Amino acid sequence: MNTDLHLWLIPLVPFAGFLVNGLLGRKFPRALVTTVALVASLIPALQVAAIVTKFSSLTLPHVENLGAWIAAGGFHADFSFQLDQLSLIMLCIVTGVGFLIHLYSVGYMAHDPSYWRFFAYMNLFLFFMLTLVLAENYLLMFVGWEGVGLASYLLIGFWFTRDSAVKAGKKAFIVNRIGDFGFLIAMFLLIAHFGSLSFSDVFSQIGAHPAWQGGFLTATALFLVLGATGKSAQIPLYVWLPDAMEGPTPVSALIHAATMVTAGVYMIARTHVLFDRSPFALSTVAVIGVATAFFAATIGILQTDIKRVLAYSTISQLGYMFLACGIAAYSAGIFHLVTHAFFKALLFLAAGSVIHALGDEQDMRRMGGLRTKIPVTFWTMTAAVLAISGAPPLAGFVSKDEILYQAFIAPNGGKIFWAVGLLTAGLTSFYMFRLWYLTFFGKPRFETAHEEEQAAVHARSDTKLTVEAEPAHPVHESPWVMLGPLVILAILSVIGGFMGWPEALGGSNWFSHFLEPAVTVGTASPAGDKQTELILALVSTLVAFTGWLLAHILYFAKPELPARLATQLRALYALVKNKYWVDEIYGALIVAPVLFIARWILGVLIDRGVIDGGTLTAGYTAQSFGALVARIQSGNIRSYAGWLAFFAALLLAVSYFGWTSHLTLR
Amino acid sequence: MVPIAYYLVLSAVLFSIGVAAFLIKRNIITVFMAIELMLNAVNLAFIAFSRQWSQTTGHLQVNGQIFVFFVMVVAAAETAVGLAIVIAVFRARSTLNVDSIDLMKL
Repeated sequence: MNTDLHLWLIPLVPFAGFLVNGLLGRKFPRALVTTVALVASLIPALQVAAIVTKFSSLTLPHVENLGAWIAAGGFHADFSFQLDQLSLIMLCIVTGVGFLIHLYSVGYMAHDPSYWRFFAYMNLFLFFMLTLVLAENYLLMFVGWEGVGLASYLLIGFWFTRDSAVKAGKKAFIVNRIGDFGFLIAMFLLIAHFGSLSFSDVFSQIGAHPAWQGGFLTATALFLVLGATGKSAQIPLYVWLPDAMEGPTPVSALIHAATMVTAGVYMIARTHVLFDRSPFALSTVAVIGVATAFFAATIGILQTDIKRVLAYSTISQLGYMFLACGIAAYSAGIFHLVTHAFFKALLFLAAGSVIHALGDEQDMRRMGGLRTKIPVTFWTMTAAVLAISGAPPLAGFVSKDEILYQAFIAPNGGKIFWAVGLLTAGLTSFYMFRLWYLTFFGKPRFETAHEEEQAAVHARSDTKLTVEAEPAHPVHESPWVMLGPLVILAILSVIGGFMGWPEALGGSNWFSHFLEPAVTVGTASPAGDKQTELILALVSTLVAFTGWLLAHILYFAKPELPARLATQLRALYALVKNKYWVDEIYGALIVAPVLFIARWILGVLIDRGVIDGGTLTAGYTAQSFGALVARIQSGNIRSYAGWLAFFAALLLAVSYFGWTSHLTLR
Repeated sequence: MVPIAYYLVLSAVLFSIGVAAFLIKRNIITVFMAIELMLNAVNLAFIAFSRQWSQTTGHLQVNGQIFVFFVMVVAAAETAVGLAIVIAVFRARSTLNVDSIDLMKL
């Protein structure tokens, strides 16, 4: 049975919301902007829910073609949407988490003067993200891919009066451009070899030729990986994501944690047919993933900005997803994507609630002791911290263990991936509990800091009378429109893992079986024995517990210890604290030479020298020649007559004597 | 019988004097006279050729003489218009120096 599901409506409704709010929102009252934005994000969610109920009766993959988009010679691309298990799961995440974050934003952005603009951009993002997820060919996917980059840029630079926000937006956009370049090259290669960008065409052609291994498939896959590393913030293109925290917190939650940054993982899983044929590309993905996971986790340990800790944590968790894809355990990767969307969105939203409570304070050194003051935020945050740290039986435990287990048993995995992944799990647990303790436990540091600041202000001013002490911003719990999404996401973070509860622990691993038809071709996943899985789960739980214990000792029991350790391990501390100087190295090795070339070679030499010089010279030549000739037309009648007489005489002479140089008389 | 070359030389001399005067003189009236001189030099050449042609063919040929009448008529009309312009220019500028009247509009 093939019913028409009107898939095109799913992305187009948020687009309509974007148009209404974007074009008219400035004039609207806030309530109307809110209504439009929420309805535009709720309708797709409801439609997806309706599709879920009908899903079992569909023939998969369900493709809806809306007609030709490009038809040039033998090549054509259509506006066609595809629904299968993979895109259904992504749809649920994007619309579900998307709607919750829209709801949260109503509270978080309530005081912002550009309220309407924020929601217009958010709806625009949903439009592009849903296009990306539903696309049936690479080209349409690329439209979504670029579009989410645009929305991300607009939202990172949302507070565009802040210089750092503008710079961060630019950085994100440009770094993503490098990745997009890879995606484009991969598309060119696909067109050259398959004459089509449609998923079904490409994959059936690959399927029809079992002999194709490596070669151009590897090349294409590697360029796709480059695209994925840009969008999903992996080494070497991860540098934009920490800076992207300049945007409003709901943006960080929606775009830079739950949905957009997972586009790279989704793309690899979607293209798994290609990757399965290229062991080298797969290993590259796995190595990138595990390296990023570990590397970002170490940086996260020493960050003091609450959102930056979460940003590095996101990079690290995306590394896990890459690792899963790289060992061809796509369903494990997607499963982690789903649970990560729950708990990382929750972490960001809870962090936003903390920031909101403290009056835009993001520095964890000025937090502390918030446990009793904002209890709902505290408890939801606790659920998220436990989930990401891998405490059984929460969502993060199940999905991360699945990846580690797959890495352990996978034929093209290897114990080294498992070991590094395990270590990273310990680090994750450590830095998350560090954040937890610094934010919610200990003495409140925000008020003292505030008072010190006040004292400094007083000390600077000559007369105390002129400086009115600002009323201290009272710490307050966020409104329910913000807490509601927190609670829902907390529940999902706690129970989300049961979707893929492993068989070794008496579950059925429903998630993996559900996704299997979409992400595997023929080969059954290697069967591991339950005992190994149990032991591995136990080990990773122990590692997570160790991480918590360390954080407990360092940041709760003996809070003076971290400073001592920092002085003892000064070199290492400086290395990690400064994020391995990656930004500086990139700046010196890539940005500076590029700027040099742009400014001096292209700018001064080519642009001003050759192009400007050439055109200006042509212009000046014509002008000066004109000035020379213009003298003839002096307005003086007698000079005209003189010219007339002269040339008449010349004509006469020529007609009489001819052009010949020897002036012989005829 | 005076040979035609004499007339033509005289015509050329008169024409050259006219051109020279046109180029050298600054007074519009004199310039006008120079133009008349050139026209009349041409008229002289026309008449000379007309007569020469009648003699060589044996029939009376009046084409050149008719041309001369046309030239005289045009010259008269031109003088009438030209002198009117001269008067207008003089009223507007109080000068008849051609060098100071080098703009098309008054």
